[in-house]
Amino acid sequence: MSEWIWLVPLFPLIGVIINGLFGKYIGHKIVGIIGSTMIGLSFVVACIIFFDMLKLPPEHRVATKTLYNWIVAGGFTAQISFLVDQLSVVMMLVVTGVSFVIHIYSIGYMHGDRGFNRFFTFLNLFVFAMLLLVTADNFLMMFIGWEGVGLCSYLLIGFWYEDNYNAYAGRKAFVVNRIGDFGFLIGIFMIFITFHTLNFQAVFGAAAAKYSIGAPVITIITSLLFVGAMGKSAQIPLYVWLPDAMAGPTPVSALIHAATMVTAGVYMVARTNVLYTLAPISMGLVAVIGVTTAFFAATIGMTQFDIKRVLAYSTISQLGYMFVAVGVGAFAAGIFHLMTHAFFKALLFMGAGSVMHAMSNSTDMRIMGGLKKKMPITYWTFMAATLAICGIPGFSGFFSKDEILWQSFSSPYGNFWIWLVGVITAGLTAFYMFRIIYMTFHGELRAKKEIAEHVHEAPPVMTIPLIILAILSVIGGYVGIPKVLGGNNGFEHFLDPVFEKSLALRHGLVPRVAEESAHGLEWSLMTLTFVIVLVGIGFAYLLYYKRPELPKIWAKKINYVYELVFNKYYVDEIYETLIVNPIAVISDSFLWRIVDVKIIDGVVNGTGSVVRGTGRVVRRWQTGFVQNYALSFVIGVVILVFYIIFM
Amino acid sequence: MIEFIQNHILTTITFLPIFGAIILLFVPREKEEFIRYYTVVLTTLVFLISLPILLGFQSGTSAFQFQEKVNWIPSLGIHYHLGVDGISLLMVMLTTFLMPIVILSSWTYIQKRVKEYMIVFLMLETGMLGVFLSLDMVLFYIFWEGMLIPMYFIIGVWGGPRRIYAALKFFIYTMFGGVLMLVAVITLYFIHYHATGVYSFDFLDIQSVLLPVRSQFWLFLAFALAFAIKVPMFPFHTWLPDAHVEAPTGGSVILAGVLLKMGTYGFLRFCLTLFPNVSTEFVGLISVLAIIGIIYGALVSMVQPDLKKLVAYSSVSHLGYVMLGIFALTIEGLQGGIIQMVNHGLSTGALFLMVGMIYERRHTRMISDFGGLAKQIPIFATFFMIITLSSIGLPGLNGFVGEFLILLGTFEAHKIFAIFAATGVILGAVYMLWMYHRVNFGPLDKDENKKLKDLNLREIAVLVPIVLVIFWIGLYPRYFMDKTEKSVTDLLKNRQAKLEQVLSLEKQPSLKLVLKDSFTK
Repeated sequence: MSEWIWLVPLFPLIGVIINGLFGKYIGHKIVGIIGSTMIGLSFVVACIIFFDMLKLPPEHRVATKTLYNWIVAGGFTAQISFLVDQLSVVMMLVVTGVSFVIHIYSIGYMHGDRGFNRFFTFLNLFVFAMLLLVTADNFLMMFIGWEGVGLCSYLLIGFWYEDNYNAYAGRKAFVVNRIGDFGFLIGIFMIFITFHTLNFQAVFGAAAAKYSIGAPVITIITSLLFVGAMGKSAQIPLYVWLPDAMAGPTPVSALIHAATMVTAGVYMVARTNVLYTLAPISMGLVAVIGVTTAFFAATIGMTQFDIKRVLAYSTISQLGYMFVAVGVGAFAAGIFHLMTHAFFKALLFMGAGSVMHAMSNSTDMRIMGGLKKKMPITYWTFMAATLAICGIPGFSGFFSKDEILWQSFSSPYGNFWIWLVGVITAGLTAFYMFRIIYMTFHGELRAKKEIAEHVHEAPPVMTIPLIILAILSVIGGYVGIPKVLGGNNGFEHFLDPVFEKSLALRHGLVPRVAEESAHGLEWSLMTLTFVIVLVGIGFAYLLYYKRPELPKIWAKKINYVYELVFNKYYVDEIYETLIVNPIAVISDSFLWRIVDVKIIDGVVNGTGSVVRGTGRVVRRWQTGFVQNYALSFVIGVVILVFYIIFM
Repeated sequence: MIEFIQNHILTTITFLPIFGAIILLFVPREKEEFIRYYTVVLTTLVFLISLPILLGFQSGTSAFQFQEKVNWIPSLGIHYHLGVDGISLLMVMLTTFLMPIVILSSWTYIQKRVKEYMIVFLMLETGMLGVFLSLDMVLFYIFWEGMLIPMYFIIGVWGGPRRIYAALKFFIYTMFGGVLMLVAVITLYFIHYHATGVYSFDFLDIQSVLLPVRSQFWLFLAFALAFAIKVPMFPFHTWLPDAHVEAPTGGSVILAGVLLKMGTYGFLRFCLTLFPNVSTEFVGLISVLAIIGIIYGALVSMVQPDLKKLVAYSSVSHLGYVMLGIFALTIEGLQGGIIQMVNHGLSTGALFLMVGMIYERRHTRMISDFGGLAKQIPIFATFFMIITLSSIGLPGLNGFVGEFLILLGTFEAHKIFAIFAATGVILGAVYMLWMYHRVNFGPLDKDENKKLKDLNLREIAVLVPIVLVIFWIGLYPRYFMDKTEKSVTDLLKNRQAKLEQVLSLEKQPSLKLVLKDSFTK
């Protein structure tokens, strides 16, 4: 079945073509149906491929399917070729599955929008590009998907382009991503001159065979690739585009900026795990950037009032966790969290979308409150996702996040400090999530009367997707129950063959925790984390439910710190002042108006007028400009030629 | 007749346009509609006749194909010699492909002197094809300089308010370069004579002569300057923004689409092969100028208030890539450079077309006069988006293939150059998307823009072929690159062999004298 892999991205592409060219004529309803059906078909094919794969023994589950040679020049070849293995199948299932649900939801959410056709065309195009990204069997084809999803992100963030801010946010996303892609591209060049191929399996095979751990060239390659990941997966210092990306329609935030595209960086590191295993320095970099981002973004999330922005910072923070996982060598755990996060974060955004739908598109939590009664489905599904992201035992996020924290402590690459910051961040996460719950759904509705009157539960086309994702958010973790809780960690076992080479390479490295003490320690760390999460929830309960007047008083007390965090550490302002504005000013008032116009053109025109002046003096009989110049040129040529011949 | 065309296909496509122009002389000027249809049909016919060149082109050889050679002035060794190889094939096709598009785009834009306009464009087509097809240096030179005249008139007659200044600047700049080249051509001619005893301006003859490094130096400079002005390379680029701003749309499209490529083509065809030693020594300088062009062009482009100037400066940036690729002297770099020449012709050509379309409606090109156009004219905005993405090198569209190969080829040769040049990938996105935003996004708040009409069928017909080729090259570039590969590989191989031969000869003092002697005698 794996030779039919190309069908998976093909269906969304058909959707793009039909809706893009004929969407205008076939009506919104059919556009929505076509767009969703195409993704549904992709999902079905992905499922068939998955179940087919399960029938095979683990060592025979890798297959490739080459369509054609894309670019060939000299010794360089890049193919359009798909890789079917455990990792790409998981990614395909997550991408098509979540996309399908979000497409259905979008039919309701975008109902009546002028740009309905355009929306579904872009959304299908996105899924197409994302599928190329996760099924590519070489770096360059991955790069097509990589930039392709970036394009769709740009188009969809600025979907309501009539507002300058939205268009700006889209542009910002694209440009910041291009900065990351710059690193990715140079990384690809390095890979090619080192391995003379861009094919994944060939590169990883050669790397494992020829290089030993710590090889400088591999460290450089992996660092460059990580720059790409920083851009796409919104890590410090390139995370600044993601909060602004919330300008796009909410289904876009759910699909692209929470569940799928932003996790591409994590996928990339997991995919290139062999290279990272060979470069412990890069792994350390990934883990440190990850945990720093996780903490940093969580603190900002605690202070924002825009529900989507809180969720955006939460996404940045959770992506940080995933990078911690892959950075400490727990690649499977990273992908596990990627999957559960796709469920619960997509659900959170869609819940927020449902709230916005009810609140006349407002996102300000300060005017919300008490929505629980009027929107029970939204409330309970949102609650399920919240419990999942907080890591309450039994919910999906618990299994994946706990695995990450445990690995960050116990893995040979782990470190107490990374674990500690990770655990603190878990507490912060619980705080900001329950802050949303209390501010939005509990207490009294603070909105103006005309908004309040219209508050209503979303239609079934939106609530059914919420329910589906809520179920997944609850049970999604049971595919990977850790040994310590009596499971066998099926998810990780399934993925193991993908990381086989890495495991072989680090054979001999000892975990930081001895086998015999691991069991007890894991239990106690787990308990400790849970307690910290409860403390976070407790604070949220106190500040936003029990005594809502307290936050303002506390904020005053730590005024400077609060202002700093509330203003997102002024990072955007710093970038503007130090990088963006100077480049703009220098380009305009120096490069263009002085260098180009005054200096270069000045010389040219100066020479011109000298020639003209001389011409006037020497030849009074001039008839016109061009003829004069032509004549002097001819005379010049004749003299020069004579000089050369008779010299 | 059919048989003549079959045997003389290059002559046919080269001279059919000017032949058509001569016939046009006898058509009364009032029959404007007829003149327009006539020219579109004629240029389309030229394109159709040129298709067998692409389809019948043998990709396994670097030899010149469809050659025609006749003694023209035997006493001076001047031949009428045409031929096409992988280096020129795509340039020829680009020229014949763009011509009908340009004529169609001028349909309503040109209202005065329609007959003369069509005549000079047809003359221009002959000149451009002649430049790419000539294998005799004198013939080449005649076409090279001859082509200046129609272009001079296009800017000077149908241009904007400062057209005389711009036309003159264009003329003097390129003429200046051309003259130096003429001196170099004649010098080469005499060197060849002294070395072989035969008078010949034939490129293949001249190419076979080994030149001592010292004479390579001066001759290279003369050629390089002529071509660098044409490209244009930083700092010889200031004629370009003026010429573009003043030229009518059709003129801009041809200027960007084809004329600039003559510079890069010249580097490929002449500088690399005739002067292998010196061109290798100049890699550093030219690459640095190319990189400055990429970054500087992008930055200056970013702050332009005038759409046409913005696109003009972006050309400086794009052509910088082409030059960088060529002087990487690797197969990837050269292949990327050639495909990027085509890409630039398509995407920048299309950008000028679209600027022209909007100018025709609004009579302004100031970015600040627009805003929110996507709401009013969505078809325009969609095409504009595709072209913009092609221009910034989005994978899957044509621009990426060229940029990627150029950067890869450069990276193989000089890592640091590629790293600096790759910043252009970021800057390209900055200035193009910002421009796109200010024109098409944001509120539709100017009353004049609220009445704009979307593209009509003719305008869509102008853009669709370009967009199709943009996708074609982006998704399956091999069709084109397979045809150029052998020529590129052999060009690099031959120049390397020649380079080593010259070096080994120069090591032997006696032979060095002979070589020197042949030059100074």
